[in-house]
Amino acid sequence: MRLNRREFIKLSGLLAAGGIVPPALLSGCSSRRLPGTGKLTATPTVCDICFWKCAGTVHVEDGLPWKVVGNDDDPHSTGRLCTRGTGGLGAYEDRDRLRQPLLRVHQNGKQTFKPVSWDEAFGFIAGKMQTIAEKHGRDRLALLAHGSGGSHFERLLKAYGSHAYAHPSFAQCRGPREVAFGLTYGEGVGSPDRTDMEHSRCVVLVGSHIGENLHNGQVQTLIDAINQDATLITVDPRFSVAAGKSKYWLPIKPGTDIALLLAWINVLINEGLYDKDYVARYTVGLDQLTQHVQPFNPEWAYLETGLDPELIRDTAYAMAASAPATLVHPGRHVTWYGDDTQRERAIAILNALLGSWGRKGGFYIQEKVDLPAYPAPQPAKPETDWKAVVQPEFPLAPTGISQKILQACAGPEAYFKGLFVYGTNLPHTIPDIKATLEAAADNLDLFVVIDTLPAEITGYADVVLPECTYLERYDDLRNSPERVPSLALRMPAFEPSHDTRPAWWMARQLAVRLELGEYFPWDDYADVLDWQLKQVGSSLEEMQASGVKRYPRKTPLYFADRQDIRFQTPSGKIELYSRTLAEHGYDPLPVYTAPEKPAENYYRLNYGRGPAHTFGRTTNNPLLFELMPENAVWVNPRVASQWQLKNGDYVQLKNQDGVISNRVRVRVTERTGANAVFMVHGFGHTARGLRLTSGVGADDAGLMTNVKLDPIMGGTGMRANFVTFVKA
Amino acid sequence: MIEEILITARSNPKVDPGLGIWSWEIPLYLFLGGLTAGIMCFAALIILLRKEDQAPWAARKMVIWAPVLLTVGMGALFLDLEHKLYVYRFYTTFQISSPMSWGSWILLLVYPASILLILCSIRDAYPRLAGLVDRFSIGHWITTYACSHRQQVAQWSLILGVFLGFYTGILLSAFSARPFWNTGFLAPLFLTSGLSSAAALVVLGSRSPSERLMFVRYDIGLISLELALIALLLVNLATGTAVQLEALSHVTSGDFAISFWLYFVCLGLLVPVALNYLEISGRRIWVFVSPVLVLYGGYMLRLITVEVGQVSRWTSYTQSFDPALLDLLR
Amino acid sequence: MAQYAMVIDTKTCIGCGDCVVACKTENNVPAGLNRDWVVEATRGTYPNLTTEFRSERCNHCSHATCVYTCPTGASHYWRDSNIVLVDASKCTGCKACIAACPYDARLIMHPDGYIDKCTFCHHRVEQGLDPACVSTCPTRCMHFGVLDDPNTPVSRLLQSRDYKVLLPETGNQPNVYYLV
Repeated sequence: MRLNRREFIKLSGLLAAGGIVPPALLSGCSSRRLPGTGKLTATPTVCDICFWKCAGTVHVEDGLPWKVVGNDDDPHSTGRLCTRGTGGLGAYEDRDRLRQPLLRVHQNGKQTFKPVSWDEAFGFIAGKMQTIAEKHGRDRLALLAHGSGGSHFERLLKAYGSHAYAHPSFAQCRGPREVAFGLTYGEGVGSPDRTDMEHSRCVVLVGSHIGENLHNGQVQTLIDAINQDATLITVDPRFSVAAGKSKYWLPIKPGTDIALLLAWINVLINEGLYDKDYVARYTVGLDQLTQHVQPFNPEWAYLETGLDPELIRDTAYAMAASAPATLVHPGRHVTWYGDDTQRERAIAILNALLGSWGRKGGFYIQEKVDLPAYPAPQPAKPETDWKAVVQPEFPLAPTGISQKILQACAGPEAYFKGLFVYGTNLPHTIPDIKATLEAAADNLDLFVVIDTLPAEITGYADVVLPECTYLERYDDLRNSPERVPSLALRMPAFEPSHDTRPAWWMARQLAVRLELGEYFPWDDYADVLDWQLKQVGSSLEEMQASGVKRYPRKTPLYFADRQDIRFQTPSGKIELYSRTLAEHGYDPLPVYTAPEKPAENYYRLNYGRGPAHTFGRTTNNPLLFELMPENAVWVNPRVASQWQLKNGDYVQLKNQDGVISNRVRVRVTERTGANAVFMVHGFGHTARGLRLTSGVGADDAGLMTNVKLDPIMGGTGMRANFVTFVKA
Repeated sequence: MIEEILITARSNPKVDPGLGIWSWEIPLYLFLGGLTAGIMCFAALIILLRKEDQAPWAARKMVIWAPVLLTVGMGALFLDLEHKLYVYRFYTTFQISSPMSWGSWILLLVYPASILLILCSIRDAYPRLAGLVDRFSIGHWITTYACSHRQQVAQWSLILGVFLGFYTGILLSAFSARPFWNTGFLAPLFLTSGLSSAAALVVLGSRSPSERLMFVRYDIGLISLELALIALLLVNLATGTAVQLEALSHVTSGDFAISFWLYFVCLGLLVPVALNYLEISGRRIWVFVSPVLVLYGGYMLRLITVEVGQVSRWTSYTQSFDPALLDLLR
Repeated sequence: MAQYAMVIDTKTCIGCGDCVVACKTENNVPAGLNRDWVVEATRGTYPNLTTEFRSERCNHCSHATCVYTCPTGASHYWRDSNIVLVDASKCTGCKACIAACPYDARLIMHPDGYIDKCTFCHHRVEQGLDPACVSTCPTRCMHFGVLDDPNTPVSRLLQSRDYKVLLPETGNQPNVYYLV
């Protein structure tokens, strides 16, 4: 691709020069000039391929994109981008990107998308928004967002008069752990996760597959721990990359993690191996916990998990021996079986017993830069509480639940009349959502999708607004709560392609049309950033040169020895026993429920990540497509021989409800047990506009029709589906 | 179980999933090179052993095919190059460790040698052509020189012919990375095959029944020698290391078994040698069947060798992904 | 002859493929062609398993059969070192070098036709930098340097850890080492 562009420029240059073609023969072959010998420019950026937000530098040679590398000063990446970040230029060069605003029109008796001007698109949206305000109310507009530009649309939403928004990363990803840790410690784990693995002496991964899940800082700090000979314990039914580097791999039966966690708690308490001082000083509920875990000894756990009781004991001893520098990792995407908040509670409790919260090698205390917001009027809070209408059964959910909002857009009695979707491809994100999505699309008066690619979600919209990629825009400064407070700048390395624009511009334009411009009192977002930076002793100019600026911590990184601490829980202490849960009618201590058993010849559908891709966002990125063009279903050799499947065969998967997937390649491997199959999520796209990846691989999300709803926070558990093979 | 797979897609054209860099051009070149070597060797030998009366066509008339066939072979070689405009680079240096470099220069010497070999008999073999050549002073001078130095011309042609025949084998056998080729037997095998093909050419081209019968006899000997060398080559592989055993399996039980045993050994060697034997026993048969099969067998030898050699390898990875998907990018 | 070597720690390689993408972008490798790749080797039966990841590329062998076999001298050693480069202006595209490499590390540069492969980023080595793959590896499992000096990180790693090379029996003396 890059070659074609260079050739094009070269040819046109030659033709312009009068068509004299120098004889390349005698002067030597015009082999590629050595990289880096042309005219170079470097621009700082913050990667947006996933949500770790590493700072990097975009290098451009002779006006053409060359490469993206990490910023050495950046605590998120330590100067090295991950696989996807290094392939970031592919997002810019993707030929299938959205180019222009699209409006749904009726033409020749069919519905189709017509390319329109921004003016026309905004006019349509503003008109519809005003109608909704008049006919139904300003609080009847909702937003589902994922990514940096979402904050601008949130501001627009609030200015308009609604607070109804959700990030799918809550109910489809890390919601259970935020709620569980919030209930236990008074605060969640946050992003970037506050794990201090670079100092851990023992790391326990429960189902987490760091190494295939490529959150840069997580991988780097886990490898730091490995390099320092920390004991790695991995609990996973599959032989993951992390399992391959572990001292102990516990090949647990899927769905039985809580049994194991309870057994570990049982061993630590009964054998007195927990941090007595820490527990006495900082926690409440030990007595109830002790009584609760008595029946759950390793022998009992063996019957549920299939794990040897000696192994359960040995790993408990290993964890205790390294405490408090023992981290029982809370995981990231943890919406699995519907009792996920309880499982995360068990993990939080285990960490408390080991004394790792707030201690070196466990969980550190996060700090952000004290960055003031740009002065702008704050919109008034709406009078109605949308959560009371849309998700009343989840009082403990601190934020919106995406599928509840979507459900509230469907049907004649729908609460919401307008929906904005920013940067999230809902059919691949929320399991079993297609019917709801179609009903919502039928019902909504306004459906706007903002995206960079023509993903499946765009097919449902009234208006599609094309955003430029992160390489072409400014965005809010990255100010993440981290070990070292830092600010990172994202600035455009290229002009926006075709007619794409940044989210901040779109939100402001709409606001102006709706006479809400006062809430967006700026013209160019670069001015906002400059103002903010000047408040903290920097400037846009300085950041444009350096990309990252570190600030000294004002608060300590860990608890001091015997420090008096008040946690933000009702009791002011770490709540091993959660009164809040009890008061709301949930189990105050984690309870184990045995998982469903599959029918004969059905195997649990285990899914996960691959290092080459960020779910479905990158499968059309040409650089990353080249690395991993399709996914494969991992099948144990015994199962494969039973079904006469060989490596490289293509099969379809049928789930317990009869849903059949696209064809997917078979990989026969011992790395998965005979009771489960595994595939990487994000493939099986049906959007024809994604010309590389459309129809390639199979979509696991489409097979997740058995969704286990977490009763505490509304998370959609996705690991309770079973599949069998349909030979093509 | 050992599972060794590529987990990033690699689909370099002609390299993945299996080596496919040379198809028909190289085997054709090797065959024609071997045939040229055989032609020159026979012509030279007959002159040196003073048997020209018994084999006039082989000694004097066949040689004119040598530069023609060689040029066709080199044309095929040129077609195979990926960077054709730089073909002249073969001749701006001599790389002593590279058999291909040796070959480029040997070919350059073979042409004048073959020209001299033609010219030393041209006045008897092709009088009209000789008349045309003699009209030019330089042509006349060279022809006279060749005729008067017939023995030396034959000696040098013999040496270059053997070099050429061996070179076509060494070209392949020098590749240590391709276990099927990496055997010393390939050089004499290809030379023998070249001689056998040249003998077949005589049987096809000569008008004299006695000359034809003479070369039918020679061909029996040459084909038998070829069979022996092939047997030794296979035994060498069968008693070799793991990669050699794997290389052998391609012709004993793999995709190339039928081509090798039926199309090559049977049709290209056993049937001709049987037909030749019948012929010298006095049976009446169609005399052109055997030499045609011998020529066909000569080409098949090169073709199968080149193909199996590329398939034989030291590494063995399984692709995780359908390589065809990468074509979407190209 | 300066001996440049790459030392890769399989204990901390996670097989993420970052090295492959970094090489692509740094060297403007055309779409669909690869100078390096990642191999996964799993041994055993569930649940007794080990997995090893290897980032592979041209091994810049000290006894490179591809250099010896090249008829035009296009495949050559760079500046008295073991870094093997291809001079495109001398390459005829005969592909003998591709046949000569036991590691299948060479490729045809489409559409131009000359032969290409990993260059150990000699353009970066010249400036004292590491190859792009080494510089980008997020787990820092890749190391690069000269083995002639016993105090370089690569020398020290080979002195202190067990290691292997790929197919030593070919006699090519490869210079990419894998710590085990």
